[in-house]
Amino acid sequence: MKYSANSVWENKDKYDIAVVGAGHAGCEAALAAARLGFRTVMFTVSVDSIALMPCNPNIGGSSKGHLVREVDALGGEMGKVIDRTFIQSKMLNQSKGPAVHSLRAQADKAEYSKAMRQVLEDQKNLDIRQIEVTDILTENGKVTGVQTYSGAVYPCRAVILCTGTYLKARCIYGEVSTDTGPNGLQSANYLTESLKSLGIKMYRFKTGTPARIDKKSIDFGKMEEQKGDERVVPFSFTTDPENVQIEQASCWLTYTNETTHDIIRTNLERSPLFSGAIEGTGPRYCPSIEDKVVKFPDKNRHQVFIEPEGLSTNEMYVGGMSSSLPEDVQYAMYRSVPGLENAKIVRNAYAIEYDCIDARQLKSTLEFKNVEGLFSGGQFNGSSGYEEAAAQGLIAGINAARKLQGKEGIVIDRSQGYIGVLIDDLVTKESREPYRMMTSRAEYRLLLRQDNADIRLTKIGHEVGLIGEERYQKLLEKEKLIREEIRRVEHTNIGTSEKVQEVLEKYESTPLNSGTTLAELIRRPELSYEKLDEIDEKRPDLPFDVREQVDINIKYDGYIKRQMRQVEQFKKLENKKIPENINYDEIQSLRLEAKQKLNEIRPSSIGQASRISGVSPADVSVLLVYLK
Amino acid sequence: MSIEMISGEKTIAAISTGMTSSGIGIVRISGDEAFGIADKVYKGNKKVSHTESHRILYGHIVDGKEIVDEVLVMVMRAPHTFTGENTVEINCHGGTFVVRRVLETVLKNGARAAEPGEFTKRAFLNGKIDLSQAEAVIDVINSENEYALQSSISQLKGSVKNKISDIRNKIIYHTAFIETALDDPEHISVDGYGETLKLVSEKIINDLKELIRSSDNGRVIKEGINTVIVGKPNAGKSSLLNVLAGHERAIVTDIEGTTRDILQEQIRLGDLSLNVIDTAGIRQTEDVIEKIGVDRAKEYAQKADLIIYVVDASRELDENDEKILEIILDKKTVILLNKSDLKTIVTEDRIRERINTVGLSQTIPSGRTSQDIPVIAISAKEEQGIRELEDTVKTLFLKGNLSFNDQIYITNARQKNALIRAQKSMEKVIRSIDEGLPEDFYSIDLIDAYDALGSITGESVGEDLINEIFSKFCMGK
Repeated sequence: MKYSANSVWENKDKYDIAVVGAGHAGCEAALAAARLGFRTVMFTVSVDSIALMPCNPNIGGSSKGHLVREVDALGGEMGKVIDRTFIQSKMLNQSKGPAVHSLRAQADKAEYSKAMRQVLEDQKNLDIRQIEVTDILTENGKVTGVQTYSGAVYPCRAVILCTGTYLKARCIYGEVSTDTGPNGLQSANYLTESLKSLGIKMYRFKTGTPARIDKKSIDFGKMEEQKGDERVVPFSFTTDPENVQIEQASCWLTYTNETTHDIIRTNLERSPLFSGAIEGTGPRYCPSIEDKVVKFPDKNRHQVFIEPEGLSTNEMYVGGMSSSLPEDVQYAMYRSVPGLENAKIVRNAYAIEYDCIDARQLKSTLEFKNVEGLFSGGQFNGSSGYEEAAAQGLIAGINAARKLQGKEGIVIDRSQGYIGVLIDDLVTKESREPYRMMTSRAEYRLLLRQDNADIRLTKIGHEVGLIGEERYQKLLEKEKLIREEIRRVEHTNIGTSEKVQEVLEKYESTPLNSGTTLAELIRRPELSYEKLDEIDEKRPDLPFDVREQVDINIKYDGYIKRQMRQVEQFKKLENKKIPENINYDEIQSLRLEAKQKLNEIRPSSIGQASRISGVSPADVSVLLVYLK
Repeated sequence: MSIEMISGEKTIAAISTGMTSSGIGIVRISGDEAFGIADKVYKGNKKVSHTESHRILYGHIVDGKEIVDEVLVMVMRAPHTFTGENTVEINCHGGTFVVRRVLETVLKNGARAAEPGEFTKRAFLNGKIDLSQAEAVIDVINSENEYALQSSISQLKGSVKNKISDIRNKIIYHTAFIETALDDPEHISVDGYGETLKLVSEKIINDLKELIRSSDNGRVIKEGINTVIVGKPNAGKSSLLNVLAGHERAIVTDIEGTTRDILQEQIRLGDLSLNVIDTAGIRQTEDVIEKIGVDRAKEYAQKADLIIYVVDASRELDENDEKILEIILDKKTVILLNKSDLKTIVTEDRIRERINTVGLSQTIPSGRTSQDIPVIAISAKEEQGIRELEDTVKTLFLKGNLSFNDQIYITNARQKNALIRAQKSMEKVIRSIDEGLPEDFYSIDLIDAYDALGSITGESVGEDLINEIFSKFCMGK
């Protein structure tokens, strides 16, 4: 039951910005807004669930690690907090090219939440309120405030929706269904109606999580130990690498087998996914174990990763076996896996359904097209993952603040960061499942590396006001060192001395017939900047991050230049802006489908228009002519 | 479709006169790089890039070392051109076949084949055409829609489309595998995948080459069959030409060039048209002391789509015939036993024997025997056997047994260009594998190849890769 008329009152704290939700998007949004000088209030249904990680206990991973680095480069918080609370860390894809190296850390979930909450609580201009927001208040299509379950009205000039998986959330396994958010937390049941009345179109998505199992009941002797890297690389560019060389916890690898699969197949009709009890659309990249068994019948085993949820708990996350099968089937299924024969389940696996939006209703700044001052980020926008959420939360927070500053919103484009790819995909392409970042979605990924996120984005962070002068000056100095060293290496001649040939031989590299430059040698696949140290007499003493940039930039010079040329082309289209008031119905020569799509999405540039499915190159040509 | 095509940033080229029987053709190049590209293909006294605006240069178009044509080149500097961009117009004299070669040479050196209406579109976007003409311009551009849909998809024979789809499916599958492994390295390993991918890539390159070769076949249907008539002196080449030219009131066009005489005649043969190359050669040399026919056969065997070998059936075969046979045996050839009205010495059996003898000493393309080379008895004088020749050529080119690749027709320069782009990308994949680059580099060029092929069938990359990843590979925790 919502408030009655006589319980309505108005809060007088004069907030500028209200953030609805305190998950990974909400945290970044609130911090950014407050740090940019705006009085910010952050609402959550439970203060104890701030920065909660209700699913996997990791931050980062392929392409997600890139997002965390980019958030950090722009002045966000996620990277700093995980650097203080991780219990294991790995750089994935190290044997591959630098573009796909990606950091992934196991988090101590409780510690992560606590640390983030402390940052929020210490933040000037930021207040935290535990209460459900039920209504977005508007006047003439413009946000004027929010109203809570208790009837209180909080006037404000911008609202950022970061409701995650809480809107009309429902958790399901077997025939058991509860109207709660993740981890049994209270769901938010009223906001959806308020949004619908503002003309916002809602979707229903679904995701799921595996069971948590008591460590004491696991036989690790039957599993392979998975250790962290010997030398840990921090997420944040501000973290001293020496501070992250900690003793690390292990994860464990085991496998499902035919018995597991038989148990699942026999009980399939009892799964709410197959019986139709779940209506939401689930993600393909993170399928439940029953999905995997059905979709890939030829695979006679699937990997299962047993990961600690933290150092102060015995709960272990069973990665790879999310499910919504009935409880008894879950027991049988987990216990068929080697090492889990006597597994004691602490929390059941479940699927969760929730309301979210079709993000094509948003501008690239993450502001709603039809409600001025209303922004949104995170799973509410149809994405999935903590990192995707943090990235959007940060941008929404920055842009809500800029709106109030009377400045134009910040848009990271596809050539500047994974954040740009993420947001552009969300606001441009139709998605029928929760959207996850993937390295294959980034067309310029050779330029969008995790190692150069600071070079790509910290200037923007500085301009926005989230990066301080000291950090900015450090970046400029780093860039200068890189530039100078690349120039030096390009112009350092290497003769055919005995010493040189010896070093080449050591790395099984063809000896030199005549002199060459150091840069040319670095480009040989078997050599690198570091390896050629001994024949490079005048090499200055440079920090690791500078040496790394020099090596990558020289080694992959050809590919990098090629992508830069592509980016030039791309930018030309992005810079051709489409006026907001364009009337597509007036343009006779557009095909009907194109008109509909363009009217729906109202792209901000010719570039964005060209990425809309249903808009052909010829339609784009027509647009170009029309805009002339 | 690539960004370039939408943005109109790249330098484009096309034949700006229609591909009619007219022997003169103009290849127009427009864009920032127009002069640079022209410099690469044009050899004359002066560089195009050093030439003042609105001047004409005389020289040659060269493809590597080979001279393609003798040309006049008009240099026009932006903004005083039709498109408002730097423009070069190459006036070729060599007939449709040669104009085509000139265009291909230009494309090979960095220009992109223009889309229909693209010059006009650029002219408009650069403010060279009045706004009142905008609707007309849009109509032209709109034809791109039609063009992309109909020319690229419907008009592509099913087999070509299937072939290209097959290749694309293969490419996207392997890309998806690599990408899945990159996105989920703990579930899927891509280590050592280079070897597998190299074999696949080699196969794909072969398939692409086949398609590129067949693109010439496609052109044949649209623009006529480049035909050369060879044979010893007095075998009846000239009479045959006259008979063919008179057939069905054929269009015969003699173009007086500045330095050459008649280069080519277009002759209708039923539904087909033959572009008979170097007709001047036939007519001139027939009367004077002739070079033996071998030279002509040698010169044109490489360039022609069809060789008509005229044998004087009333005279014994000699070593010159054998020499000609050697040259033309692995080509699309029709052998005509002329003078069937006279006493026949050379019969069909006789010539086939000879083919077999010659064939033994050289490689005959696999699966071909002397039986596959049509031999027809005709009498040019009595106009007998012409109908049969017509049917035979039709069978050769339209039903396409013999050395023609099924019905795989790639019918325009844009499509051929896309195939070449795909081939180059696949070659880069192999280079990356050989150089030991990490696997993520392979997908860059794989996707380029996929995109290039998609521009032929009118499909873009879009979400294909993501969908392939999810449908073919099991990933995720």
